[in-house]
Amino acid sequence: MTRTTKSLIATLALAVGVIAPASAQDRELLNSSYDIARELFADYNTLFKAHWEEQTGETVTIRQSHAGSSKQARAILQGLAADVVTYNQVTDVNILAERGNLIPTDWADRLPNNSSPYYSTMAFLVREGNPQGIENWDDLVAEGVDLIMPNPKTSGNARYTFLAAMGYAQQRFGDDQAAIDAFLSDLLAQVQVFDSGGRGSTTTFVERGLGDVLLTFESEVNNITALHPDENFQVVVPEVSFRAEFPVTVIDENIEANGTEDLARAYLEHLYSPEAQRLLAGFNYRVHDDAVQAENADRFPAVELLSVEEIAGSWDNAMEIFASGGKLDQLQRR
Amino acid sequence: MAAGIPRRVGDGAAVRRTLIALATLISGLFLLMPLGVIVAEAFANGWSGYIGNILDAYTLDAIGLTLFVALLTVPLNMVFGVFLAWLVTRFQFPGRKLLTALIDIPFAVSPIVAGLLYLLLYGRNGWIGGWLGSHDIQLMFAWPGIVMVTIFVTCPFVARELIPVMQQQGREEEEAGVVLGASGWQLFRRVTFPNIRWALLYGVILTNARAVGEFGAVSVVSGSIRGQTNTLPLQVELLYQDANVVGAFAAASLLAGIALVTLVAKSIVEWRQDRP
Repeated sequence: MTRTTKSLIATLALAVGVIAPASAQDRELLNSSYDIARELFADYNTLFKAHWEEQTGETVTIRQSHAGSSKQARAILQGLAADVVTYNQVTDVNILAERGNLIPTDWADRLPNNSSPYYSTMAFLVREGNPQGIENWDDLVAEGVDLIMPNPKTSGNARYTFLAAMGYAQQRFGDDQAAIDAFLSDLLAQVQVFDSGGRGSTTTFVERGLGDVLLTFESEVNNITALHPDENFQVVVPEVSFRAEFPVTVIDENIEANGTEDLARAYLEHLYSPEAQRLLAGFNYRVHDDAVQAENADRFPAVELLSVEEIAGSWDNAMEIFASGGKLDQLQRR
Repeated sequence: MAAGIPRRVGDGAAVRRTLIALATLISGLFLLMPLGVIVAEAFANGWSGYIGNILDAYTLDAIGLTLFVALLTVPLNMVFGVFLAWLVTRFQFPGRKLLTALIDIPFAVSPIVAGLLYLLLYGRNGWIGGWLGSHDIQLMFAWPGIVMVTIFVTCPFVARELIPVMQQQGREEEEAGVVLGASGWQLFRRVTFPNIRWALLYGVILTNARAVGEFGAVSVVSGSIRGQTNTLPLQVELLYQDANVVGAFAAASLLAGIALVTLVAKSIVEWRQDRP
């Protein structure tokens, strides 16, 4: 409380008159992030602060802002002075370049692996004993299998699942577009509840007990099994799935104004260090560091990961699928 | 039923009992039980768990910010409400009726829309925000923005409470004061204020309750920066999404506590208001 109280008294004094910029005592960094990454970045910030102090002798304060990443991107467009973004949607970073000119359009080339220090894929969570023998995507359209996933219209999580299923169907049916469409249409028809977001679907599956299969991030299904050991849920990773990237970038316009260029860049680069990669793997994300990946090989089954370019050509094309009147709407109308 | 009193529809003992039972049941289910759940969940890990959650650095920051916002909002809206009520009940001017209707806009507009309006006006791409940005003034996603939207959503309360009271009283007493040579300030302090003080207090209590509890509008302009722009209601949501249910309910219990205090204060004020 003490610091807030002090700053409150200070701001109270200022409140009547002019709004002065915050006084710089500690250097500050603001990370705008997605909804379910709070614990992850709380841990990473501790790690980075120690690293930065060791390197430069400076102590830094890192502030976190968390919400749905589309809402976060919009806040930055409207002036939230975040120094870095760490999102779970490439499209949400793209709009910062396209709509706001806040970062260059080639932002993804600035850091290794498309500026995605970690990644995940879409997996299935089934109930104890896997009674329906779910192993792969085609098992999901078997009769009587009820699926739980968020709504692809509102949730990036569900868009990834849809694209993963599409990638599977393309491999299986090749050029037979009608068969691909029929498969996807069947899959959507099996969905019992479309929640608006990933956490909502988790609640539906775990707390309300609806559905046979929950479709969400591999990281999330692993968290769920860890949180509910009594339920004996089982994680199923299909043979083919989607490469879900977690893009990061500095906001050039803001770091210039805030004078945080060196700090912000170092903050993101350090995500690629072995110690950070180990921490990320601990949160059930797949990482690029070979040594860390080898240590965790048993937790992350081999899976063929398809990129959005391979499935739909580009993110722009992919998003058209989910637009009003797009492919998704057509498939659900049948 | 006593003889001689005319029978009224639905006055039978059975009907009465059924209605009372229903009302009690519904109040219990919809009001008391949720309140009980808040307390039960908040204390799920006992006292130490409760205190530990309240003393969490981020929760304390959120409490501080919420009190700070209320501390700015309530006096400002009190002054604004008195001026406005004075204006529309003591003077005749063209557009007076329209102004009276306009006071209610914050009630009519959904808080989330109010938040968006401010964001679109004062945000980086907004009409005013662009200019502010080029002068290094940050209103949105900082405490000034939160105060601004809170002032907006709570500004009708005081005026709405005062206008009927002041209308009913008329202006004879004040006119008498003027004739006797009172200055403007004396008039307010000696004549107007004693007449409206309970209504004013009532308005202030409502303003405070809403300022402390506002979620929608604040959520839009807050930017939800932990320890900086997270108010108590936002903190409750955040803790809940973090799967920290006990922490969320502990924070919620503070809001519920404020609500209960408000209710009691409101009842006392109402009771005082009714007495001549």
